[in-house]
Amino acid sequence: MDSATLKKSMTVSEMALMVIFGCLAFLCLFIAGKSDEPGYAFHAGLSAIASAAAVFFLFNRYFDRPAASPPLEINGKPNYNMAPVKFATIAALFWGVAGMTAGLWLALELAFPGLNFDQSWLNFGRLRPLHTSAVIFAFGGNVLIGTSFYVVQRTCRARLAGQLAPWFVVIGYQFFIVIAATGYLLGITQSKEYAEPEWYADLWLTVVWVAYLLVFLATIWRRKEPHIFVANWFYLAFIVTIAVLHLGNNIAVPVSLFSGKSYIVWAGVQDAMFQWWYGHNAVGFFLTAGFLAIMYYFIPKRADRPIYSYRLSIIHFWALIFIYIWAGPHHLHYTALPDWAQTLGMTFSIMLWMPSWGGMINGMMTLSGAWDKLRTDPVLRMLVVSVAFYGMATFEGPLMSVKAVNALSHYTDWTIGHVHSGALGWVAFVSFGAIYCLVPWLWNKRELYSLKLVNWHFWISTIGIVLYITAMWVSGILQGLMWRSYTALGYLEYSFIETVAAMHPFYVIRALGGGLFLAGTLIMVFNVWMTIRMREDLATADDAGTRPVLQPAE
Amino acid sequence: MQQTYLWLANFAQSIGMLYFIGIFLAVVVYAFWPGNRDRFEAAARLPLSED
Repeated sequence: MDSATLKKSMTVSEMALMVIFGCLAFLCLFIAGKSDEPGYAFHAGLSAIASAAAVFFLFNRYFDRPAASPPLEINGKPNYNMAPVKFATIAALFWGVAGMTAGLWLALELAFPGLNFDQSWLNFGRLRPLHTSAVIFAFGGNVLIGTSFYVVQRTCRARLAGQLAPWFVVIGYQFFIVIAATGYLLGITQSKEYAEPEWYADLWLTVVWVAYLLVFLATIWRRKEPHIFVANWFYLAFIVTIAVLHLGNNIAVPVSLFSGKSYIVWAGVQDAMFQWWYGHNAVGFFLTAGFLAIMYYFIPKRADRPIYSYRLSIIHFWALIFIYIWAGPHHLHYTALPDWAQTLGMTFSIMLWMPSWGGMINGMMTLSGAWDKLRTDPVLRMLVVSVAFYGMATFEGPLMSVKAVNALSHYTDWTIGHVHSGALGWVAFVSFGAIYCLVPWLWNKRELYSLKLVNWHFWISTIGIVLYITAMWVSGILQGLMWRSYTALGYLEYSFIETVAAMHPFYVIRALGGGLFLAGTLIMVFNVWMTIRMREDLATADDAGTRPVLQPAE
Repeated sequence: MQQTYLWLANFAQSIGMLYFIGIFLAVVVYAFWPGNRDRFEAAARLPLSED
């Protein structure tokens, strides 16, 4: 039938989603009215408004869309669906700036405690999960969702599965972030590090995440390319494992439908073990496997070189996922956790050196024959430096998991320094590199607005990272050594507040480093904004010679 | 308690070890299998050869 004569009718999924969101709106309104917890009632009200808005947008979309569903291919070429990727990219930039600003504020609060102005919602304890969740799950998560939707389409040569489902994933995920972040400021938390959101937010994330998995799997299912590219394996490991971790660590029983409070079913040391099985694998599968997928796609693409060793990437993948899952107990050294479990966590952490460095070498050596591009292309430099930081952080991590080292490092700022060398140096830099690649591809531009600004971003942020991590190394080791020093009579030599005073200069240096890093990110946001609104002929001439081969975006 | 611990420790030290070494060897054999060479070399270029 010709599409012009096709009569428009509502699809089953459109109808089903409207009914579900309609019911959800009324349910949330009911809960908001009945609950006597203001924060929870606020969230229920927010959910009611969002559900009603979803029904409105579904109707609107139905009236605006053509009768026929978009074709999977046009003239034998895949008709890629890049709109959700664009959405996730912009969201990543927004949350990145928000999360890094919160981080800078926290760093300043640690140096100058008066900056919380005695407001409960500006308190370090409430703002800190806002910072960690915003940079890890909101910034990192949007980068992962966006790039995964891009890479899976391009490497499978197939259009993203579903019409509403990809939008449900990207918008549903933003709503989860809003609920989580406002909850922290209002004091709603289940007090599990990196898993602070309460039961209702967890349930919502579960639904969104399952939809994400299904969209990803269904896109692989309809692939035209027989081989499933290694980046898709890493993305899949990330999506599946995060689902399992999220479910395992959040099996909680709410007090009632009208209360935001819940109790976890695990007790005592089992709860601690579950928490750090979750926590460390959030590092291993969210912050590592997902971003390694970015490395395996964007570095070859930007350098215009094949992956150094595809065989190594296969061994890298299987070794990494089989070993990472056991490393969690190293967060619980010298606790009530049985000694053998601590040793097991330490042993597997040390074994992780092998796959981590195998992967790092594979990423680096992909530049063989193209090393000169590092001099001229700041985007590629950012990607490669991120891999170098990955190597450094994955060297430091196993070292710190050794019990004797952990005795000094645990609970000190050394941990914070370690986390940030991974988070800023590896995760953020590889994300920046991917965004700098993606934006011109997605918005059909020849190149970025300015590669000079990328260069500025690179150097300002790199100096920021170096200030941050060196300050935390000195501060952390100082703190650890002060805690463990005794007088000749066997008394502790320093009171707690003396250690805090000793760390003050390093806290100021750390805030300076964080400020530089945020400044670099703001330069990126400006550059991306200018790239998107740039007219094609405005591509700056002075960046000539650094321009890679043209990439059609859609 | 002690029995459970000993059983678990023995299991981890024997079957667990063999399981991991077995999987690792299987992955290495798969990655280096001569018949897979061309497929993997094509896959390494996959990001470069899109339309």
